[in-house]
Amino acid sequence: MIPGRFDYHQPESLAAAVTLLSELGDDARVIAGGHSLIPMMKLRLAMPEHLIDLKAIGDLKHITVADGVVSIGAMTTQAELIGSAALADAAPIVKETALQIADPQIRYQGTIGGNVANGDPGNDMPALMQCLDASFTLSGPNGQREVRAREFYEAAYFTTRDDLEILTRVTFAAHGGGYAYEKQKRKIGDYATAAAAVLLSKGADGACSSASIAMTNLADTPIYCEEASSAMIGAGIDATSIETAVKSCLECIEPVDDNRGPAEFKKHAAGMVLKRAIDSAWSRA
Amino acid sequence: MNAEAKTIEERQAALKGLGTSRKRVEDARFTQGKGNYVDDIKMPDMLFGDFVRSQHPHAYVKSIDTSAALEVPGVIAVLTAKDLEPLGLHWMPTLAGDKQMVLADGKVLFQGQEVAFVIAEDRYIAADAVDLVKVEYEPLQPLVDPFKAELPDAPILREDIADAKEGAHGARRHPNHIFTWEQGDKDATESILSSAPVVAEEMVYYHRTHPCPLETCGAVASMDKVNGKLTLWGTFQAPHVVRTVASLLSGIAEHNIRVVSPDIGGGFGNKVGVYPGYVCAIVASIVTGKPVKWVEDRMENLSSTAFARDYWMQGKIAATPEGKILGLWCHTTADHGAFDACADPTKYPAGFMNICTGSYDIPTAYLAVDGIYTNKAPGGVAYRCSFRVTEAAYFIERMVEVLAIKLNMDAAELRRINFIKKEQFPYQSALGWEYDSGDYHTAWDKALAAVNYKGLREEQAKQVQAFKAGETRTLMGIGLCHFTEIVGAGPVKNCDLLGMGMFDSCEIRIHPTGSAIARLGTISQGQGHATTFAQILASEIGISADDITIEEGDTDTAPYGLGTYGSRSTPVAGAATAMAGRKIRAKAQMIAAYLLEVHDNDVEWEVDRFVVKGAPERFKTMKEVAFASYTQAIPGVEPGLEAVSYYDPPNMTYPFGAYICVMDINVDTGETDIRQFYALDDCGTRINPMIIEGQVHGGLTEALAIALGQEIAYDELGNIKTGSLMDFFIPTSWETPDYVTDFTETPSPHHPIGAKGVGESPNVGGVPAFSNAINDAFKAFGLTHTHMPHDHWRVWKTANDLGMHA
Ligand SMILES: Cc1cc2nc3c(=O)[nH]c(=O)nc-3n(C[C@H](O)[C@H](O)[C@H](O)COP(=O)(O)OP(=O)(O)OC[C@H]3O[C@@H](n4cnc5c(N)ncnc54)[C@H](O)[C@@H]3O)c2cc1C
Repeated sequence: MIPGRFDYHQPESLAAAVTLLSELGDDARVIAGGHSLIPMMKLRLAMPEHLIDLKAIGDLKHITVADGVVSIGAMTTQAELIGSAALADAAPIVKETALQIADPQIRYQGTIGGNVANGDPGNDMPALMQCLDASFTLSGPNGQREVRAREFYEAAYFTTRDDLEILTRVTFAAHGGGYAYEKQKRKIGDYATAAAAVLLSKGADGACSSASIAMTNLADTPIYCEEASSAMIGAGIDATSIETAVKSCLECIEPVDDNRGPAEFKKHAAGMVLKRAIDSAWSRA
Repeated sequence: MNAEAKTIEERQAALKGLGTSRKRVEDARFTQGKGNYVDDIKMPDMLFGDFVRSQHPHAYVKSIDTSAALEVPGVIAVLTAKDLEPLGLHWMPTLAGDKQMVLADGKVLFQGQEVAFVIAEDRYIAADAVDLVKVEYEPLQPLVDPFKAELPDAPILREDIADAKEGAHGARRHPNHIFTWEQGDKDATESILSSAPVVAEEMVYYHRTHPCPLETCGAVASMDKVNGKLTLWGTFQAPHVVRTVASLLSGIAEHNIRVVSPDIGGGFGNKVGVYPGYVCAIVASIVTGKPVKWVEDRMENLSSTAFARDYWMQGKIAATPEGKILGLWCHTTADHGAFDACADPTKYPAGFMNICTGSYDIPTAYLAVDGIYTNKAPGGVAYRCSFRVTEAAYFIERMVEVLAIKLNMDAAELRRINFIKKEQFPYQSALGWEYDSGDYHTAWDKALAAVNYKGLREEQAKQVQAFKAGETRTLMGIGLCHFTEIVGAGPVKNCDLLGMGMFDSCEIRIHPTGSAIARLGTISQGQGHATTFAQILASEIGISADDITIEEGDTDTAPYGLGTYGSRSTPVAGAATAMAGRKIRAKAQMIAAYLLEVHDNDVEWEVDRFVVKGAPERFKTMKEVAFASYTQAIPGVEPGLEAVSYYDPPNMTYPFGAYICVMDINVDTGETDIRQFYALDDCGTRINPMIIEGQVHGGLTEALAIALGQEIAYDELGNIKTGSLMDFFIPTSWETPDYVTDFTETPSPHHPIGAKGVGESPNVGGVPAFSNAINDAFKAFGLTHTHMPHDHWRVWKTANDLGMHA
């Protein structure tokens, strides 16, 4: 449980960090809260020779809401997400999700940028970001670009982020309507056995006017359930339509056997969690 | 202070003696981060050791190349079995009469086994060098399932003793077989089973788990080459035994070895045995002449130092149709891993598993235990219990439930009609124990009334109806448990560790100004000895507990004792403390009589003083006597006021308790919610009710962990699957329910103050209560028994197997 040797850098601007990362290349990793990276280093599953700490870069820590758009700097901690009144107002599902991540100690360190950039299917923020249809801003040697969360994840620990890019912020539209993040886990501090993020709005006619569903830790990437989401729009939400949606979502997932249980159980649990999330979101819509 | 003005009650209260909820004196330093643990020890020039460990569960070691590691600046040496062999230290004896490799000698037998020991200037260099040691393995077929150990195609694990037909505990029938241990009357029991009107049968598995103390195991060895003294600080639950073993193994005279257990961050049995890390640290210090520290990390702790349980208990229980139990039969297959390193008294290879008749008057019984080698870590320690008592309690408390199902009888009532009756004590059990005292019916009725048992059963019946009608997906389980422990090992005539009789000791010095220090052969790991032993003494010698220092753990100063585990501290060292206190009082009485100018027999003891009979205004307090003992020449009495007592207990003590757990279970997600937990403990005389409550809370939480998810699991290839806290379940406050604690008080007739010990009861009784709740919830749907741990997916699977998801 002792990491390999590494050098530590603490650049004070994004430009300096990007330059440093370009210079050091493959041997370097950025470090945010360290609560995913350091455990991997202690197991020597990750052995970076250089750590570039982003914590001195002031621009990377902010939460702003303007014109219905939420922008969160990559270095904003999960505790700060929970504590922000503006965010609770504009996108209450973020707080609901953040509160189900790990425990308070970890949330004081862990950042939204690290959580979404990490690419661990167990992380809760990626599915949430897909549910919110968020965009990630990436800065690299070739400048800046935006990638939709729904197009970011390729496989476990593989994303479309280039190794030389730094994720600087996430942006998404404030959500109205009903929302829920439901998670089954073995204990506080555990990753999800199954979890689901759901946003639903109710139109004037009482039918569902918008829907978005994404799931955590049930495949090697977060799963955005596009078909199920669009099928719900325009329909009334009742036991039958929920069952149809759940069925459709379950077809998208590919859980694997692990200590949380065999895939068969996880599918069942996923169905339960989803149903709970849809019920809860609709009751708030 | 005007002592005379105080009433007897006030003086009594001022002592803070027996029965006082005195705050723990240890907590000031622990809660401020001022404890001093092994890893806090820092010495000039100290070196660090770290292990190269096997990734293979079973393999020949073809070669070990240390050259790249030795080139790393700061690496001092890399030890392998070849280096230890000339010293005869490449293997070491285990407490169970087997031997264990210190470093891999030609082969490895479990994943995580110690292969080489790197010694470096700091722990970071050591860790880097570990990665550079190249070990060439030739993998062998692993043996994971103990039931396959004796099949014709089973690999032979212990080639070193493959031909030995006799082991430390009698005949071995196969190279992978360690021992067979039989107790009770086989023929009589089998004859009852074949003729009894009702026989219930079940395989009850108590899975492999681990004590996982907060502080992992470690040691600092310091060989002073100038004076020839070896000092060894370590996480030792039995420091004196470690000193004797270290002397015998190393050849260093025992007076030249000082073993110190500093503050210990939990032991739970994990720190009873001797580990390769200790031996390597000692050798490394002798070789280098510098202090050497070895501290394992969490994953090493879980995967290589002593596990607990892993008992497959096949049971048969015979009864009359009315529910009177006639006989009990048990055959246990005990998975001991690669070496038999169980920490049991020498003559008990399966510990006190023969307490498995539990709280019941069972006239005839038979127990056989077969120990088996597998490619898993060695251990089999008593994880917060007396040797194998948790396994025994779980077995009988499941068997009684299984019998109740067969008889279609209420399980609480079935227990009641079979309890040993109050007037039957001392009770001779069919498997050889003499239970000292008990009043099970009173405790049981109190527990059932406290939870409104009848009301709970009615509610449960309604819940079953609602479930069957499709109105709910939640089941309600009522987990009952009445356990009897056997603790306080133990009488020297039948209990020893490596030959050392399991007595314990206390040495007291009263200072001239009337305060005192007492040293004991035990060592606290969180039990609060500094608090409670002072209370025992306060009541015996009339000096306030606040004025008594308790010291343990340093073999240069403490009297010889066998350490702390198996709830033995209060039953054995606590008894020694009381007896030593009585010796102080006897001498003090002579001094007081002299000072009061009366005959010895004309004074009597009263709380904190000797009073002249019939003249209460004439007295001498213990404080005054203490001063006189150092300042006056008293004819016929030696100066000073000291005493020592070595106590050999005449019998074990038998604490008991009644626990009831009420649980709600979601059959779709497998999630469980503990609605209520009631724990009544009878530990005899209660020394400190607050500490008892704390111990019960802690032990119940461990029991909850074990029952609901905590396990050391291996895959079929012998890879450990739960080797970190990511998967090894340790509950947080969030998962921990509220507990209601209660008590009855049935003193032990043979213990000087009637105390029986309590620290382990909640783990022993808690596991069956939690597990029975799960099993009970599914009873109405056809379940007889489902194995622990009851984590979400296994609970879900139980429901699924019963067709509840159709
Ligand atoms: C016991 C425990 C339980 C946990 N439980 C949960 C849980 O239930 N749910 C959950 O979601 N998470 C959980 N976590 C993870 C935690 O939320 C992490 O903090 C988070 O996943 C990563 O954030 P970080 O800031 O710590 O990132 P780091 O660990 O610093 O980095 C993670 C990875 O992302 C990269 N990275 C970080 N920031 C950037 C950036 N701005 N641009 C590009 N790459 C970047 C790093 O190079 C690294 O590869 C748990 C962690 C622990 C230790």
